Amino acid sequence: MNKHTIAITVENRPGVLTRVTTLIRRRGYNIDSLAVGATDDPTVSRMTVVVEGDDAIIEQVTKQLYKLIDVIKVVDLTKEHLVARELVLIKVKADHSVRPDIVQIVDIFRARIVDIGRTSLIVEATGDQRKIDALEDAFRPFGILELVRTGKVAMIRGAGEDNRRK
Amino acid sequence: MANMTGAQALVRSLEDEGVDILFGLPGGVVLPVFDQLYDSSIRTVLVRHEQGAIHAAEGYARATGKVGTCIVTSGPGATNIVTGMADAYMDSTPLVVITGQVATNMIGTDAFQEADITGITLPVAKHSFLLKDARNLPEVVAEAFHIARTGRAGPVLIDMPVDVSRQEMNYEGLGQVRLPGYKPTLKGHKRQIEAAARAILAAKRPLVYAGGGVISAGASKELAQLARENLIPVTHSLMGKGCFPETDKLSLGMLGMHGTRYANYSVCETDLLLAVGARFSDRVTGKLSEFAPHAAVVHIDIDPAEIGKNVRVDIPIVGDCRLVLKELNEILASLRGNKSSPRRDWTAQVEEWKRKFPMGYELEGKLKPQYVVERIYYLTKGKATICTEVGQNQMWAAQYYLYKEPRSFISSGGLGTMGYGFPAAIGAKLACPEKTVFDIAGDGSIQMNIQELGTAMQYKIPVIICILNNQYLGMVRQWQELFHEGRYSYTDMSHQPDFVKLAEAYGAVGMRVNRTEDVRGALQEAMQITDRPVIIDFWVEREAGVYPMVPPGESILNMLGGDLDE
Repeated sequence: MNKHTIAITVENRPGVLTRVTTLIRRRGYNIDSLAVGATDDPTVSRMTVVVEGDDAIIEQVTKQLYKLIDVIKVVDLTKEHLVARELVLIKVKADHSVRPDIVQIVDIFRARIVDIGRTSLIVEATGDQRKIDALEDAFRPFGILELVRTGKVAMIRGAGEDNRRK
Repeated sequence: MANMTGAQALVRSLEDEGVDILFGLPGGVVLPVFDQLYDSSIRTVLVRHEQGAIHAAEGYARATGKVGTCIVTSGPGATNIVTGMADAYMDSTPLVVITGQVATNMIGTDAFQEADITGITLPVAKHSFLLKDARNLPEVVAEAFHIARTGRAGPVLIDMPVDVSRQEMNYEGLGQVRLPGYKPTLKGHKRQIEAAARAILAAKRPLVYAGGGVISAGASKELAQLARENLIPVTHSLMGKGCFPETDKLSLGMLGMHGTRYANYSVCETDLLLAVGARFSDRVTGKLSEFAPHAAVVHIDIDPAEIGKNVRVDIPIVGDCRLVLKELNEILASLRGNKSSPRRDWTAQVEEWKRKFPMGYELEGKLKPQYVVERIYYLTKGKATICTEVGQNQMWAAQYYLYKEPRSFISSGGLGTMGYGFPAAIGAKLACPEKTVFDIAGDGSIQMNIQELGTAMQYKIPVIICILNNQYLGMVRQWQELFHEGRYSYTDMSHQPDFVKLAEAYGAVGMRVNRTEDVRGALQEAMQITDRPVIIDFWVEREAGVYPMVPPGESILNMLGGDLDE
C-alpha cells in the first residue's frame, strides 16, 4: 500500500467537496490528507488528496471521481516529478531554560517563530512531509501543546499545467 | 423582463423536455408547482406513497427507454424516494426526480418538513441540483435530463425551494447544457475493437455475457448479429433479460446464482468471454477467482469505472454498446471473408448441455409457482411486459418465462427492492397501454407497496398482480433451509390479509387459485379485464425452492438442485 497524491480539478460549486469526499469514503478508501483552494480561474478549484492504496485501488478511485459531474480532471501526481509542500503550526512548551534549544532547532529546519507566549512558542514551518515529521519529532521532548497541519499541496515541475478545463 | 414564476417555468421546461407522464404526491412546498400542473398538458398521476411514485417512474423509464419523472414534497416526501434513487442508480435507470424544499432562507434551520435531500442522496444520485435561483432553472432542467439519459443513465435530483417556485423570472425555453466535466465516451477505440475481432476469430469457445447495458443502448439487433454471424452462444444477466431472444438456439438463458446449468458450465469452459454492458455482479460471478477461469475477457461498457472493477480484463472497450458492436460486426465481416465458422463442436457441446441439464421442476402435488409463470408465458405468447417484485417470485419469473424482446422484463436487479414491481408495473402500463402487464409478486413483497391499488383504481390501470403466495419471505426461508439448519427465524408470514377481499375493498378484482388446473382459467379471465387491476392470489406449495442455486461466495459450478435426474 503506497500513498498517492492526487490532484483533482473541479467546478467551484457548492457541495463539490462533499461529493468528492463522500465518494472516496463510500468506496471504502481513506483520505490521509486533503487541501482545497481556488485556482487562478475563480470558477475552478483544485483539491490535493493523499489516499493510501495499491495501483488498482487508485485506478478505481480515479475512474469513480471522473464519474462526478463536477470533476473536470484527475491526475495521480505520485509518479511525477513534483514539488510538494505542507505547512504546519506547532505550539511548543518553552520556558526560559529551553528557549535557546528551540531557537536552534527552528534555525536548522528553516522554520519561523510566529508567536511568543509566557511559557510557549508557536513555530511555523513549510516543507515536504518528511521534514515536517522530523520537526515534530525534534519538538516532542519539549512538549507539543498543539499542532495543526494543512495537508499536502503539490505541483508538477516544469511547464505542464493542471488547472485548465481540458 | 420576468414573464413567469419558477413553478411555471419548471412545468414549462418539463413540457419542453417532452415529459408526458409525471408521478407525484403534493405537499406544502410543492404547492406552487402542483398549481401549475393543474393546467398542464403533462398527465400527473397521483400515487399513494412517494416510493410508489419513483418506482412507477422507473417502470415508465424501463418500459420506454425515456427519462422517468416524479415530483414529491420536502422532508418525508423527499426521504421516501431515497430507496427508488438507490434502485435507479444501481440499475442505471434514467430518472429526473423533483423534490420540494423549504424556502432558501429557512434551509439549515430544521424547519418544518426540512430534509437535506441532496446530502442524503449524494451516494445514490448520478447528480443533484439544489436550485437556489430560478434564473438558473432553464439550464438546470436541461442539464438534469441530459445527465440522466446520456452516458451510463441514472437518477438526477432537482431540489427546488418554495421561494424559488414563486420567484419571478424569464423563461425562453430550455437552457444550454454546459458541463465541462461530463463527456461520456461513445465511440469505442478502433484498435481495441480490432483486437476484440481478432480474439473472436481465434477463439475456440467464445461466449457472450450480455447485461442491461445492451438494452439501455438499444443494441439488441447488433448483439444478435454478432452472435448469429459468428456462432457465439449468449448468456445474460438478470438485467439483460430480453436483450437477446431466449427462444434462440444460441441463447443459454441467465447465468449466475440462479442461472441455468448450461450457462454456468459454458462460462467455466469458455476461452473468450465477451462481456457487453454488464458489470460482473457478485450474483453473476460467484467466487471471482473461479469465474471464467480459462477465458480471456473482452469488456465493452460505457462506464470506464466498471472495467477492471471486479474482473481482470484483457481487452477493455469503453463506449456505447450499440456503436461498438456495430463497428465490431463490420470489422468481423471484413476479416472473416467467406470462411465459415469453425466452431461447430463448441455449439454442439453447448447444445448437449442444454439437452442434458434442462430447467425443470416437479409438477406433481400442490400448485407450483414455476407452473404459474410458465402458464403466463404460454397464454401471453411471451409478448407481455413482466414486472417482478424481489425474491423467489423474481427468480421464477426470470427462469420460467422466455423473454424475447428488450424492455419486456422489468425488475429491481442491483438493489433488490421488495415493493418495486407493482408501482413499476403501473408505470410500464401507462407508458405502453397496448401491452399486457403483469406484476409477478410474492406475498411479502406485494405488501410493501400494496397501497398503490388506489392509484391503479383511480386511473383504471389494468395490471395483473400474480401473488405466488407461500406465506413466507420465501427466498430468505430458502436460505434458512439451506444454510441455517431449517431454522425459519422470522420468515413465516402466514398472518396476512385475505388478498381477494383486499382487492375487492379497493374496487379491484380478486381471485384465488389453489389448484394447478385452475391457473389457466384465472389468468384468461384476468386478461379480459381492461378497466382495473386484478390480484390473483396463487396459493402455491409453501416450501418450493429456486433451483439451480449457487451458494453465495462459491464457484458457479457448484449448483444445488434444479436437475431432474438428481
